[in-house]
Amino acid sequence: MKQSAEHPEPFESAPAAASNPGSGIDYRLFLDCVHCGLCTAACPTYVETGNENDGPRGRIYLMRSVTDGRLELTQEVRRHLELCLDCRACETACPSGVQYGKLIEPFRVAMEATGGGGEKSHDWFHRWILFRLFPYPERMRAAIAPARWAQFLRLERLVESLGLLNLLPPRLRQLVRMLPPLGKPEPALPEFLPAIGPRRARVALFTGCVGDAIFRPTNWATARVLQQNGCDVIVPRNQACCGAIHFHAGSSEPARDFADRNVNAFDCDDVDAIIVNVAGCGAMLKDYAHHWHDPRQDAREKFARKVKDINEFLDQLGLIPPEGAIRLTATYHDACHLGHAQKLREAPRRLLAKIPGLVLKDLPETDLCCGAAGTYNLTEPEMSARLSQRKLKNILTTGARVVITANAGCLLQIAREARCQGEKLWVAHTIDLLDLSYRREQPPL
Amino acid sequence: MISSALLPIADELRRVVGGENVLAAHSDLVVYECDGFVIEKNCPDVVVFPRSTEDVAAIVKICNRYDVPFLPRGAGTSLAGGCLPVGGGVMIVLTRMKQILEINLRDRYAIVQPGVVNLWLTNALKGTGYHYAPDPSSQGACTIGGNVATNSGGPHTLKYGVTVNHTLGIEGVMTDGSIVEFGGPSEDSPGLDLTGTLVGSEGTLVVVTKVWVRLTRNPEGVRTMLGVFDSADDATNSISAIIGAGIIPAALEMMDQGILVAVEAAFHFGFPPDAKAILLIEVDGLEAGLDAQRDRIVELCLQCGAREVRQARDAAERLLLWKCRKQAFGAVGRLSPSYCTQDGVVPRTKLPYILRRIGQIGEKHGVRIVNVFHAGDGNIHPILLFDERDPAQIERVLEASGEILDECIACGGSVTGEHGIGVEKISFMRKLFNDDDLAAMTRLRVAFNPDNRLSPAKMLPTAGACGMEQKHPGRRAAL
Ligand code: SF4
Ligand code: SF4
Repeated sequence: MKQSAEHPEPFESAPAAASNPGSGIDYRLFLDCVHCGLCTAACPTYVETGNENDGPRGRIYLMRSVTDGRLELTQEVRRHLELCLDCRACETACPSGVQYGKLIEPFRVAMEATGGGGEKSHDWFHRWILFRLFPYPERMRAAIAPARWAQFLRLERLVESLGLLNLLPPRLRQLVRMLPPLGKPEPALPEFLPAIGPRRARVALFTGCVGDAIFRPTNWATARVLQQNGCDVIVPRNQACCGAIHFHAGSSEPARDFADRNVNAFDCDDVDAIIVNVAGCGAMLKDYAHHWHDPRQDAREKFARKVKDINEFLDQLGLIPPEGAIRLTATYHDACHLGHAQKLREAPRRLLAKIPGLVLKDLPETDLCCGAAGTYNLTEPEMSARLSQRKLKNILTTGARVVITANAGCLLQIAREARCQGEKLWVAHTIDLLDLSYRREQPPL
Repeated sequence: MISSALLPIADELRRVVGGENVLAAHSDLVVYECDGFVIEKNCPDVVVFPRSTEDVAAIVKICNRYDVPFLPRGAGTSLAGGCLPVGGGVMIVLTRMKQILEINLRDRYAIVQPGVVNLWLTNALKGTGYHYAPDPSSQGACTIGGNVATNSGGPHTLKYGVTVNHTLGIEGVMTDGSIVEFGGPSEDSPGLDLTGTLVGSEGTLVVVTKVWVRLTRNPEGVRTMLGVFDSADDATNSISAIIGAGIIPAALEMMDQGILVAVEAAFHFGFPPDAKAILLIEVDGLEAGLDAQRDRIVELCLQCGAREVRQARDAAERLLLWKCRKQAFGAVGRLSPSYCTQDGVVPRTKLPYILRRIGQIGEKHGVRIVNVFHAGDGNIHPILLFDERDPAQIERVLEASGEILDECIACGGSVTGEHGIGVEKISFMRKLFNDDDLAAMTRLRVAFNPDNRLSPAKMLPTAGACGMEQKHPGRRAAL
């Protein structure tokens, strides 16, 4: 907490051997936790299992006990730590300001390195699907081309209804189900899109990897809305995946490479902000400054300071109100990486309030993770499914026909759950709605 | 490590509730070795998650058969070690019994399982015009079962009363495994008021498996005021003046300068940095008459020397004020690496005196103390700041804490307003009560819990458990 920030004492390392996964963690971060338990009910996995080992206080206690050498890093301990969504709801709930992310992330990275039974990042799924396919938009696009055809031919429903999907390993099944209805492929964004009207800012757009393969329409919408708000938009060509997939799976090195590629691809001095529309990527980009300690840290810090979520940026810039009415009842789901990690809760709501005709209903448990959590839905399908079912149930109580959120993972997850349960819901990004309103169009309901 | 004698019991529990509801591996049990009170630790031998009242009954019978101690646990936010498994044994964790079974607005009650989080009930009632009144500051995490065990309070208990005033009935599993209902949805059931006896018994009489709680109509209007004072005495005098004038505020809370600095750093409300104390005063009820009450309060505070009294501008400012108050202790981490929150009660008129004494005691022991408390009912929460890495400071903090609590007793008060006795304050019981009082309570406990297998060594001093010696005041969050 503040303690670590406000007392600029030298780094206090844990009383642990170098092979101990806690050895690289500033021990004062553990001491910040006063063990009050006020965070527990905010934690999605604890709320589901009721087991304190699956809650924030318990996980901190487990990590600290392993660091202290009181407890072995047993298979059980690993499972409890792996089950963490890294959603940071506990950081929002904690009055003592415990920086949970700074504990779990390095601990998991180190835990992977020490091996053990559950070598998560080394199984086929991580090696081939998550690490080789996801971070590369071109490969991803090629990989989903057959799915596009299958969907076009309505084969997907056939496969699903015949139960053929059940023959696949659960994680792959989850991946197939994840794919949203894929429209016709859109062209890539040009390198430059000029401001419309008086120029108010010059920004660079981060287009992401999975995001660009599946959500290119939302990237287009983001660019258009920025133009409408008087922004010159630059889309740097050499940008890379943000690295979050690797980092959260415990592979720190490849993530650092991605980070440095991005730092090189964006000219920070040339733009007022680097805009991200995927909350998960945004949280990662903003964290570039803290994750690694090496001579390039300053450059990463400079980059990180320029990063702004699209909601945050438009809210601060002052949105030019759109005029097209969208007469619908909608509800807003707080993506963890926006609400908890970036503490942006009001900005998207303020933007949505400017759309004429749109009625926004409160979503119960809006800040409880939907189970997507990066690639969690692929690595922990069972807990993920429990959480997405819970999310959909809450959404249905509001009577809304549109669910709005600002993260790719949540969009896919909620849409998939609705599809599986035969519910007609349109799941969209804040920007999709703003874009429609500027263009005076209606959602495809 | 599970003792070999308990292996068969774990197996038997698994047969009853299923393997997924039993924890017996050492690494799964460590997190259950303490709750919000971290000075004493002890691992349970087995943790079991019942799914129903019948599960609890079966578990209790098994414990009896093997003659092992057992105790209930909810969210584990107790600040007095109420969930500490003294002597090990079976810990019955009720977090999987978390259904709101019924909400009956016409008869104004709800039936909940013990694992329901206090705030979930409030959320479930949103839009109905009713709420569940007890609102402990930990309401986002603590369970109704735990609230019943400790008879929890909260800022709004000044007007609305504590948990016992809102508990209509309890279903519990007796120590012989039988299932008994005490009270129920209707007011005033005849016979002995055993519901009242069970509330606040800290899990030493029965395992609570279902609670009938009273629902309270939302007030028509609310006025929230902030009084700024140049001296703590003026603030405490205002409290007496307000209550003396026959006004019963819904809440009346005080924060002193020390805590204000931290709260301001955390939440940026805009408290004047040189204020010596602030009062947070809320009145609610029928809209008609509220403005008159507000004006009277403003007048009384000004008469007592307030620098400024103003009303919260809007709902958002009111919420922020309450956030500052309810999460005040969390912000204390900004002042000091470790802290220890005490919980004492004094008659309201003794507030100015006890505050001065706390200041003197702090000075005498060289311990910095800040104060935030439920002023309206004289429930004080001095927070003692220290660094846990310095054993000498720990020693001084323990001495100062003891002296403050002794002073509360001397004022005619008590050593716990809402956190309970648990294991933390068991040694004060002999100071609070004489032998006959304690013997009467012990006889009651024996009637419910004859073999003392349920929550042994809690609340009532018995031979061999007359208080553990405290070596370490812990890092404590509270209220
Ligand atoms: S993380 Fe924060 S809220 Fe949770 S137990 Fe620790 S101090 Fe309390
Ligand atoms: S990050 Fe999310 S899942 Fe992990 S402990 Fe915190 S609240 Fe729970």
